Amino acid sequence: MTKVGAPLIHVENLCKSFEDGEVLKNVSIDIREGDLVSVIGPSGCGKSTFLRCLNCMEYLDSGNITIAGVTVSRTGTEEHLDRPFLEACAQMRKNVGMVFQSVNLFPHKTVLDNVMLAPLVVKKEAPDQARENALRLLAKVGLKDFAARYPATLSGGQAQRASIARALAMNPKVMLYDEPTSALDPELVNEVLQVMKDLDAEGMTQIIVTHHMRFARNASDYIVFMDGGEIVEKDDGDVLFTTPKNERTREFLRHFTEEVA
Amino acid sequence: MMAHERHRSASPDEWKMAGQIVRVLFPLFVLVLTLCLVPGIPGSAAAEKPALKWGGDTEGGAPFMFADPADPDMLIGFEVEIVEQIADYLGMRAEFVQNGWDNLIPGLQRHLYDISINGLEITPEHKQEVNFSIPYYRTFLQLSVRRDEKGITSLEDCTDKVVGTLKQSYAYFTLVDAGVKDIRTYEDEINAYTDLQNGRLDATLFDAPIAIYYAGFNPEIKFVGGPIGEMEYGIALRKEDTELLRKINEAVVHLRDSGELRRIYDRWNLWSPVMADLFQDFSPAKEAPSRFQEWAEHQKPEFTLALRLKRYAGFLPILGRAAVVTMEVSLAAMALAIVLGLFLAMTRIFGPSLLSHLAVLYIEFIRGTPVLIQLFFIFYGLPHIGIKLSPFVAGVLGLGLNYAAYEAENYRAGLLSVPRLQMEGALALGMSRWEALRHVVLPQAIRVSLPPVTNDFISLLKDSSLVSVITMVDLTKAYGQLATTYYDYFGTGILVAIIYLLLGLPFVRLARWTERRMAVAVHGGAIPGGTGRNGKYSLGRKPASY
Repeated sequence: MTKVGAPLIHVENLCKSFEDGEVLKNVSIDIREGDLVSVIGPSGCGKSTFLRCLNCMEYLDSGNITIAGVTVSRTGTEEHLDRPFLEACAQMRKNVGMVFQSVNLFPHKTVLDNVMLAPLVVKKEAPDQARENALRLLAKVGLKDFAARYPATLSGGQAQRASIARALAMNPKVMLYDEPTSALDPELVNEVLQVMKDLDAEGMTQIIVTHHMRFARNASDYIVFMDGGEIVEKDDGDVLFTTPKNERTREFLRHFTEEVA
Repeated sequence: MMAHERHRSASPDEWKMAGQIVRVLFPLFVLVLTLCLVPGIPGSAAAEKPALKWGGDTEGGAPFMFADPADPDMLIGFEVEIVEQIADYLGMRAEFVQNGWDNLIPGLQRHLYDISINGLEITPEHKQEVNFSIPYYRTFLQLSVRRDEKGITSLEDCTDKVVGTLKQSYAYFTLVDAGVKDIRTYEDEINAYTDLQNGRLDATLFDAPIAIYYAGFNPEIKFVGGPIGEMEYGIALRKEDTELLRKINEAVVHLRDSGELRRIYDRWNLWSPVMADLFQDFSPAKEAPSRFQEWAEHQKPEFTLALRLKRYAGFLPILGRAAVVTMEVSLAAMALAIVLGLFLAMTRIFGPSLLSHLAVLYIEFIRGTPVLIQLFFIFYGLPHIGIKLSPFVAGVLGLGLNYAAYEAENYRAGLLSVPRLQMEGALALGMSRWEALRHVVLPQAIRVSLPPVTNDFISLLKDSSLVSVITMVDLTKAYGQLATTYYDYFGTGILVAIIYLLLGLPFVRLARWTERRMAVAVHGGAIPGGTGRNGKYSLGRKPASY
């Protein structure tokens, strides 16, 4: 099920280190508009950091990232984060929505206000328009009746769906999910994954870091396997799970054969 | 991977109500702050005569200057009459400025007033600081004992006895020189005489006018021995004001020679052989001691409960005005503390390294030094570098700057209690750091900080009593004034305590209410380690994405 489209995301030689070592080593990838991409790999392989670099939650050390026409790049020799770079990062965040592993809805605001806040503050949308839009998105993720509730009264699955609606309210070109279901009770996982499938059907470009191999295999356009800070292999789910080319991929997937069989 | 934890959090209603407090309180504080910063409307400049501003301490008590027992709004005393006569002679209008007795000379240097007259002794130490007029009064020290005391007839009998007097006074040093081993010092004469009567002291040594007024009418106490030592009171002026000194001296000489001063001393029962020597006036009394009689009348122990209650009712206007001062200073100081504290906390956590360190330095320095010293420094110290503040502004600044350090720590605790994920979530939505702080982090932090901040206001209300040292007549100062006038620390004390309690009560209730509401306000989403390297704000290091 290949989709047509020019690369919406272009990543080239992305490098990132923390105090305790190199986390991303020359990662390069192109992702087309409308793709649903799953990123898998062992703990500490750099997949979360990769995702966080894409919307500048972490600043890359060197390389360049272009998403929907906005480019952030560094040569690795700069002494400071200069203003143009930070402005590009700010623009990037507006184009890229992100949902985190742990729920971080704003507890002092209702679900509706959570969804409306960023459009009001960042995009200066008119309140009426923001409200209408927010209610539409909440309906889309199945939370129409929960608009007036506070986050603390939601289940984990509902909270993650609300987070997705909140990110969508900024009209992002790309949605990123950092293990969005890992912290959920098993029976709540599917309602969240279903939202992503629905968005995929609408043509949203999405990247999901996940441990749900069945979802990765069945729903993604392709799967990226990362290990040791590098992209080891990138292929269609069926191909990757049945005939991985790389020994490291095979080793990793051995733990999951039962789950996806 | 972390297991998902259901977050305990405040219920929607609680969040709403907490939000309302913030919304109601904040504009209130801003309003008060504004009111305080707007300079007072100048009084009607009707006085055609130039003002002779004079400083004294009404708490010094009778017979120097004190609230009239018959009408506590009126200031009376033999020194009040002298100043009025002097001003009259100079064609001026006497304008009283209240200041604590210990600070009368600093207040003079600070140009709070131009002359000070309040039993200031002409001593070599004082003369280094200020100029004195020729003495207007000469007196001596008087030893007092209980009526049944047989063993003490002079200072020499006191070496092994317990003797009370005012701290740092001429009497105190006289006792030290006489070799008295057990000297108890007091802030005011009333408590010393009460302790003498109760047997805690064997004797007291005071300036004769004080002895006359606080023990002279008391049948339980008697004077023993003759005059001890000699001291002279003068009017203090700044060294540079030589022209004013000349005019004041001229006025004193005139009042002495015309017999005006003699008449004042007669009325107040303060004429004595040493005065006769000083003025070379050995004639009999010109007037009856009418003012002394009035005073003694009010000190009678057979004062009935009904009369006493009526007297307390008469205190209410004075205490009411003082309560307004206390409340104004406290509210304005708290407004300052709340705003500045927030700024300090934000600077400390989010500011660039240098500013952050400066904020820490400020907080530690302020918290490590007594607020009393800070008030003195602001009011009496800053004028040396040209910054002269009104007592009100100085009081608000002193208390506000002090409490800001404490509020900063409250806010910091609040800010640190907001999980870093909240900031990340807001940034990921495209908000700037400031927008994220303003809309996401701060509202949550303030909810957590609200109970301790409200509690602090209650202690600030009480600490505001310190402004009495910088010439303000707040509740505590009014208490001292009324108590010394009426010889009544007990009833007045209960009355003042009740007023403090009533002032603080709304805030006590507010604090309890916020505590109850916030007790369950543990933040949602606080699952550390979910993303990135830091689960929460680290104290020492800022996360990379800020």
